[in-house]
Amino acid sequence: MKAGLIAGGALAAVALGAAALSLAWTPFDPTAMSVAARLQPPGAVHWLGTDHLGRDILSMLMAGARTSLGVAVLAVAIGAGAGVPLGLAAAAMRGRWLDDAIMRGNDLIFAFPSLVIAILITAALGPSAANAMVAIGIFNIPVFARVTRAAALPLWTLDYVRAAQVAGKRAPRISAEHILPNIAGTLIVQATIQFSLGILAEAGLSYVGLGAQPPTPSWGRMLAEAQTMVTLAPHVAIVPGIVIVLTVLGLNLLGDGLRDALDPRLKARAA
Amino acid sequence: MIGVERLSVAIGGRPVLDDVSLALPPGRITGLVGESGSGKSMTALAIMGLLPDGARATGRVDLDGRDLLALDDRRMSDLRGRRIGMIFQEPMTALNPLMTIGDQVAEVLIRHHGMARDAAATVARLRLDRVGLPGARFPLGLFPHELSGGQRQRVAIAMAIADAPDVLIADEPTTALDVTTQAQIMDLLRGLVADEGMALLLITHDLAVVGSTADRVAVMQGGRIVEEGATADLFRAPGHPHTRALLAAARHRPARAQAPALPGPPILRVERATRSYALPRRAPFAPTGHLRAVDDVSFSMQPGESVGLVGESGCGKSTLTRMILGLDPVQGGRILLDGQPVVAGRMPGALRARVQVVFQDPFGSFDPRWTVERLVAEPFHLTGRPRDWQDQVAAALAEVGLPADAMRRHIHQFSGGQRQRIAIARALIIRPRLIVLDEAVSALDVQVRAQVLDLLSRLRESHGIAWLFISHDLSVVRSITDRVLVMDRGRIVEDGPTRRVLDAPESAAARRLVAAMPRMPGETS
Repeated sequence: MKAGLIAGGALAAVALGAAALSLAWTPFDPTAMSVAARLQPPGAVHWLGTDHLGRDILSMLMAGARTSLGVAVLAVAIGAGAGVPLGLAAAAMRGRWLDDAIMRGNDLIFAFPSLVIAILITAALGPSAANAMVAIGIFNIPVFARVTRAAALPLWTLDYVRAAQVAGKRAPRISAEHILPNIAGTLIVQATIQFSLGILAEAGLSYVGLGAQPPTPSWGRMLAEAQTMVTLAPHVAIVPGIVIVLTVLGLNLLGDGLRDALDPRLKARAA
Repeated sequence: MIGVERLSVAIGGRPVLDDVSLALPPGRITGLVGESGSGKSMTALAIMGLLPDGARATGRVDLDGRDLLALDDRRMSDLRGRRIGMIFQEPMTALNPLMTIGDQVAEVLIRHHGMARDAAATVARLRLDRVGLPGARFPLGLFPHELSGGQRQRVAIAMAIADAPDVLIADEPTTALDVTTQAQIMDLLRGLVADEGMALLLITHDLAVVGSTADRVAVMQGGRIVEEGATADLFRAPGHPHTRALLAAARHRPARAQAPALPGPPILRVERATRSYALPRRAPFAPTGHLRAVDDVSFSMQPGESVGLVGESGCGKSTLTRMILGLDPVQGGRILLDGQPVVAGRMPGALRARVQVVFQDPFGSFDPRWTVERLVAEPFHLTGRPRDWQDQVAAALAEVGLPADAMRRHIHQFSGGQRQRIAIARALIIRPRLIVLDEAVSALDVQVRAQVLDLLSRLRESHGIAWLFISHDLSVVRSITDRVLVMDRGRIVEDGPTRRVLDAPESAAARRLVAAMPRMPGETS
């Protein structure tokens, strides 16, 4: 269990570190083209090779991490920021009109295929990384609301919540003090899943040209541009693909590890 | 014939069973008693071949000359259900909620004999008839949620006996049930053993259940069987000190609080309180039926009085408790606490601070993420946290016999009995005038229970707190209350001094409860 936390943390730290480092330094200018040096395989000068316009892939990945991770983080923040309170409120008001209103609102959003609506939003507002973030974030709201409500509902029947009611605490306070900490594990795991999906969704939107716009690098656009060259120079597609996979894997491991590390019951068992 | 010979089990190098030998003769009931952690359930798991990962077992579990410990998992799972059946404590979770009761019983037969579905259903029908669920009222297509706890336990028994096993292992089969249901289930098990000649291993912490049912009893302590013998002999003349201690604890009567009920205005007045629930409609557009969970209930309690509220499951006592605590709204009538009305969701803190509660389940009553200090201090929310709150928490813990260093720990580091003490400390911290104890000792071992009952009795004397003791266990009610209310189908059917009600019950419900109460050999009532 511990190993997962460390490995996940390391992978996530590498991705975040690369994104942070790219603000100050990249091996090459990620937007500088050099047709003479195009489609070079990984080597001593260009560690991960160059793409069809001769741009350094490592530099693009580092700068692209900013876009991809930034969009995913903010999309999760939007989704959790709105979804978790809605889910807590629905669970606290279970069976009453507010619960129904929140959950039917969720169904409404769920009824639309997310990527299609994200395409619609970015097409309407103009393609940009910021709009992609908002579009993905909106679709995270019902996910978090549902998971929160489902995890919170059984807790409302437990005696310690009754004891808090007998101690005169009202639903918002009980939700904050007793419910939220006890469902945090579930939410952390869900957040890492949504984070991974956010990276994939950003990649998807950029792939169809509705995410980050050139020359801003993004992992999704790198994949999209590499598509036509996959037989000619496979590394151009494989390298960003592996980076996306490893980042998503690292985040999932990190989420699982955090959930276990934050639970005092599991801590005691390991000791 | 199945027997355990010199069985020792260690988990991670720590011994949990030490040289256990036990014979389970056919047609006989063998009781296995002891406190939690004494190794009762581990013995059952060893017989079933369900020891946890990392457990190392030596010795023999013998079934007709075969050593079950030596069998691999596939062969063992073939024997389970066919030769050895098991009944678990919690009928609510022992059944699959998505399968009909008929399918669950039939599954055992299909699994072991490859029986055709129709044939298996026929046998399942017979088995369900045998455990007292006749086809007219309990068709095979029922789902577990449509049954009561006792009925579910009957289904679990039907599953366990579906294939007429040689041995039936029942691990606390009635602990989760009320007394009258418990008596019926024990009757059923006795009948099955007599009719079908199976051996029954009855594991329980309730000595009265064993005393009134088992032919032989083995007493466990710290992974060893410390005494074994015929039930009547063992209860009459226990040889081992631990057996004597268990029996003494089970027969223990806490010293009666000297402080009688105080005169003056009542602390609690319930006036014609009513609450009903809408039942699911039988058909679309059919009128909604209502269940009157609490029906026109009136009683009052004096300050410092100790009152028992007893009744079978589903009689409405839990609903009434929640109404008194202000958790469920009162639909008709009213409830006055210290002269002021209890209104769910809108009670001023000062009024709410006069009543506190201790719940049944020592495991679900505490937020696992909080330290004991924070947990015990939670009711200060009502009164405002005093500056010396930590000292007060330490004092409350000391009052219930826990050291001050308990404050920094989490709840999972405490045993069931300690948790129940912490729950009492939490209820006491703001000095309420009434404490509601909702089955507060039913989950505890006899010795721990005796200690908690003594503690309650002492606290009542020193603080003049009134107790409302909700229970289905009449022996507990008898030992700690002055007055008892008997509830049946939402109504209070009897209200009188505890001794009088238990010795000469007038209502049918009270007579049922008294008759069903398991008695230890040598105990009059």
